[in-house]
Amino acid sequence: MTDQTASEIALGGLVPEPRVAASGSAVGDFIALLKPRVMSLVVFSGLAGLLIAPGAIHPVIAAVAVLCIAVSAGAAGAINMWYERDIDAVMARTAGRPLPQGRMAPEDALGFGVALSILSVMMMGLAVNWTAAALLGLANGFYVFVYTIWLKRRTPQNIVIGGAAGAFPPMIGWAAVTGDVGLESLALFLIIFLWTPPHFWALALYRNGDYARAGVPMLPVVAGRDRTCRQMLIYTLLLLPVALLPTLLGTAGLFYGIVATALSLLFIVSALRVWQHNDDRRARQMFGFSVLYLFLIFAVLVVDRTVGLPGLAP
Amino acid sequence: MTGGRDQRRRQRGKNLVLLAALAGFVVLVYIVSLVRMGGS
Repeated sequence: MTDQTASEIALGGLVPEPRVAASGSAVGDFIALLKPRVMSLVVFSGLAGLLIAPGAIHPVIAAVAVLCIAVSAGAAGAINMWYERDIDAVMARTAGRPLPQGRMAPEDALGFGVALSILSVMMMGLAVNWTAAALLGLANGFYVFVYTIWLKRRTPQNIVIGGAAGAFPPMIGWAAVTGDVGLESLALFLIIFLWTPPHFWALALYRNGDYARAGVPMLPVVAGRDRTCRQMLIYTLLLLPVALLPTLLGTAGLFYGIVATALSLLFIVSALRVWQHNDDRRARQMFGFSVLYLFLIFAVLVVDRTVGLPGLAP
Repeated sequence: MTGGRDQRRRQRGKNLVLLAALAGFVVLVYIVSLVRMGGS
């Protein structure tokens, strides 16, 4: 479907601002702003990039690098919640967040997010290196300005392009150790970049009503189930050779290559099952598997690298 | 009255967490400085 259709669907700002409760926000509300569940996968992939990278890093500096990645990701999430408080209020999945519930003033969330963004990038630069800091700032800015503000309400390709923001963490971890961006870290970026669309579209398939009500032009809303399933299958097919890049580039060995092939084939089968069976259960299963897929890919990559299992490269 | 007490309790909780976060940040900067100056 076209962008025009997407913009027709977008409602934008029709939800009244909730009155902020007199009791004010609690500590837990600020933690919720950081999207802890999303942060955990970001931290894990960033840590994996750090562990896979060649070279050495002091354990304290490594811990600071991971902390900066976590805080920056959380800060971007807080700014995202500030900007999206109107659509969060009409989606069942997000209606319980602090801003739509009126537990916190919007400006508090924005200030919290901006302060932590600046702090985390500066800390990364001063404590680790400025290449990692620049990538961290780029990821943060990309998530806020490109994905949240520019793309999300305008085009069904929102998470395809915007997904790049979530693909940065392993590259940042790699840069924290090496101080540069190599072909190998680009491969890690590409794995998450191609994984993101089927992951989010699986979610959007069973949350279709939510997104339609909020006016967010996710692919299932504007293009329908069939076209979404076809796109999901294409991305899982593209992911298979890309997931093997670490083995082909010598970053990982055959063990990783075999596991990555098996997992990628299961991801393809998962996409086919969603396409064949027109029910939400399969989409939920695929969403769950996609999280497991990324976790296992990076876990096996780390194991392969640290244990030093045989590879293809000399 | 209960609302006022609840508000004070929440504010106190936020103040304590902010204090802990700032103290943690100072300690972190101190440790990072030691590591960086150590040439590691």
